[in-house]
Amino acid sequence: MDVDKKDSIASDSSEQVVNPWEVAAKDGGKIDYDKLIDQFGCQRLDDSLIDRVQRLTSRQPHVFLRRGVFFAHRDFNEVLDAYERGDKFYLYTGRGPSSEALHLGHLIPFMFTKYLQEAFKVPLVIQLTDDEKCMWKNLSVEESQRLARENAKDIIACGFDVTKTFIFSDFDYVGGAFYKNMVKVAKCVTLNKAMGIFGFSGEDHIGKLSFPPVQACLSVPAVPSFPSSFPHLFPGKDKLRCLIPCAIDQDPYFRMTRDVAPRLGYSKPALIESSFFPALQASLHAFKLLSILFILFSQGENGKMSASDPNSAIYVTDTAKEIKNKINRYAFSGGQDSIEKHREIGANLEVDIPVKYLSFFLDDDTELEHIKKEYGEGRMLTGEVKKRLTEVLTEMVERHRMARAAVTDEMVDAFMAVRPLPSMFE
Amino acid sequence: MGFSKDHLLARLQELQIDYSKYEHPPVLTVEEQAKYVSSSEGALSKNLLLKDKKNRYYIVSAMTDTKVDMKVLSQRLGLGKGGIRMAPEEALSELLQVSLGCVTPFAVVNESARDVSLLLDQKFKNQTRCIFHPLSNDVSISLNTLGLDKFLQSIGRDSVYIDLEANPVVGKDQPPDLAVYVPSNSVVVPELPTKTASIQTASKNVSAEKTKPVASAKPSKLASNVKSAVEDSALLVFKNPEKFVEEILDKTTALLLSEGKGENVEALAETFRKRLTSEFTHLAVMYKNTAYSQGFYAGTQSQPKRP
Repeated sequence: MDVDKKDSIASDSSEQVVNPWEVAAKDGGKIDYDKLIDQFGCQRLDDSLIDRVQRLTSRQPHVFLRRGVFFAHRDFNEVLDAYERGDKFYLYTGRGPSSEALHLGHLIPFMFTKYLQEAFKVPLVIQLTDDEKCMWKNLSVEESQRLARENAKDIIACGFDVTKTFIFSDFDYVGGAFYKNMVKVAKCVTLNKAMGIFGFSGEDHIGKLSFPPVQACLSVPAVPSFPSSFPHLFPGKDKLRCLIPCAIDQDPYFRMTRDVAPRLGYSKPALIESSFFPALQASLHAFKLLSILFILFSQGENGKMSASDPNSAIYVTDTAKEIKNKINRYAFSGGQDSIEKHREIGANLEVDIPVKYLSFFLDDDTELEHIKKEYGEGRMLTGEVKKRLTEVLTEMVERHRMARAAVTDEMVDAFMAVRPLPSMFE
Repeated sequence: MGFSKDHLLARLQELQIDYSKYEHPPVLTVEEQAKYVSSSEGALSKNLLLKDKKNRYYIVSAMTDTKVDMKVLSQRLGLGKGGIRMAPEEALSELLQVSLGCVTPFAVVNESARDVSLLLDQKFKNQTRCIFHPLSNDVSISLNTLGLDKFLQSIGRDSVYIDLEANPVVGKDQPPDLAVYVPSNSVVVPELPTKTASIQTASKNVSAEKTKPVASAKPSKLASNVKSAVEDSALLVFKNPEKFVEEILDKTTALLLSEGKGENVEALAETFRKRLTSEFTHLAVMYKNTAYSQGFYAGTQSQPKRP
């Protein structure tokens, strides 16, 4: 799904730019999500839809829905319509296995997908695009396969149910029915369209397009959206719908998939899309979510520029001490410079990173509201907010680490075995 | 008290583990053993007792033709390049209660060896039978790895099979892949005068007095130690029903004690649901996944029903 990542320079663009390679806000401001929805042509995930999810699943909607982290969709209401009638769906999400340890931003789509699996009681396929990483990151085949397995362990630790989840790596699984669909998709995509998606022009040499990953990458987001790619899971269920949780910058890939689907006699996959998870230092210019390259420009006190900084993110391997340190030292604060000024004006919640992070990870709505109110009106200080955030994140990372420790190679083998999942809808 | 070979063989029979026994003169090397036990009976093994700089011990049991590179192994365990070496003779008798030439996976049956990590060659799994000493070097037994696994399970151990010839990169972004098998406790083996072969009875007395393995009391400096201890108990929670229930009750009672003051019962029940549901579900899913994986693995290893 991630193809050619170029470091993006924050420009004072007069327009905001959002595509799979570059995300930049307009004039160094914030991303305007409403405009993005207009531009892309997807739908807002409004309160009525969230209420509907609550009714259908008989449980509180996930914190990411309540806080608007997942805020846009395509055809989600149709998926819900079908679900109400008894027509199920399956989930599809993926990851390009990276060499670095996973950070919290990477976990977000998996945390949300796990909730969807539990709440709707539906199966899930998770794709690890090790072939893509092998080609684009110049890793050896063995290395990218090994990384895929390592990443699989962190993914499994998020709490997926092995009786309802199939994890596969491209190197292992591409072939058979999957490959047939890849070719079918490729035949549907015109040169112009491909060039449009990849931003190639007539000036680019043909090597770029004939290069296998391009074809693979065109197919990569598309093919797992079609149930016939998994004959061991969905035999005879060619019309089964697929719901794809993803970041909104992946929308272009799936637009192409949705275009191709009906021509092949498949249902269009539905999307449920998330906004961007800010780096600790928050960039006022460029955010990037869910991809390996974490581009950021720090506008901190020393005005230093930094990119792909390990201090820009909390990793699942960080110790409690490291988390505390990173939050205290690097998390961009919206508090005022002096206590007196802070008590007077209150914090700037728009730019404050700790509060933003809490809105992602603090489940208790009441407590979050309380913090926002007290901090925004100057009665609570940055230190307290950061302390609470450190607690929340440490607990999360600890829990992840414990679960990760329990993931054995046998468990990975089990998740990745090409086997039927008889209880996948229970 | 050290296990004797007869004791061990009796235990194997109790567990209905299928094995074949071969008696021969005492042998100190694999070459010698090969003279008396032919390869048609099974795959011979070479067994090493290794020790790292922090007094932690490892039994490495491998096929005779598997190349065990100590440098690579040391790195994969996260001990640096020269972190591991052959253990001194005393360790054989004190920890494993066996004599020279007798290191064997079965030695972990001894209480004194509870902190010794056992690493098995994954190539054993492809063999119909493998040959080990049953705590004495004048006997060899051949059995299938399933039998070995069953035995290890009966003493509360996991069978750890690894690719001993693998040489993965270990670096900043690639953590040592075997680090999780480093024991959480180190063992102090007192230096004793050179032992003779017949130490079985002598060591029984000695071990009662002297060899109390001292858990190294170095605290959080050895973060990896603490971490692996934590992780070991994490593994148990997901496998062992009693530990699982204990964890649930621990968390519930902790919440009760912290929140239960003066709250009315209904409100308390609500708090419980709210605070514990997601955590317990996560716990339960991992428990389920562990059970499924064990079953799945057993399925891949199960021998077809005899006609």
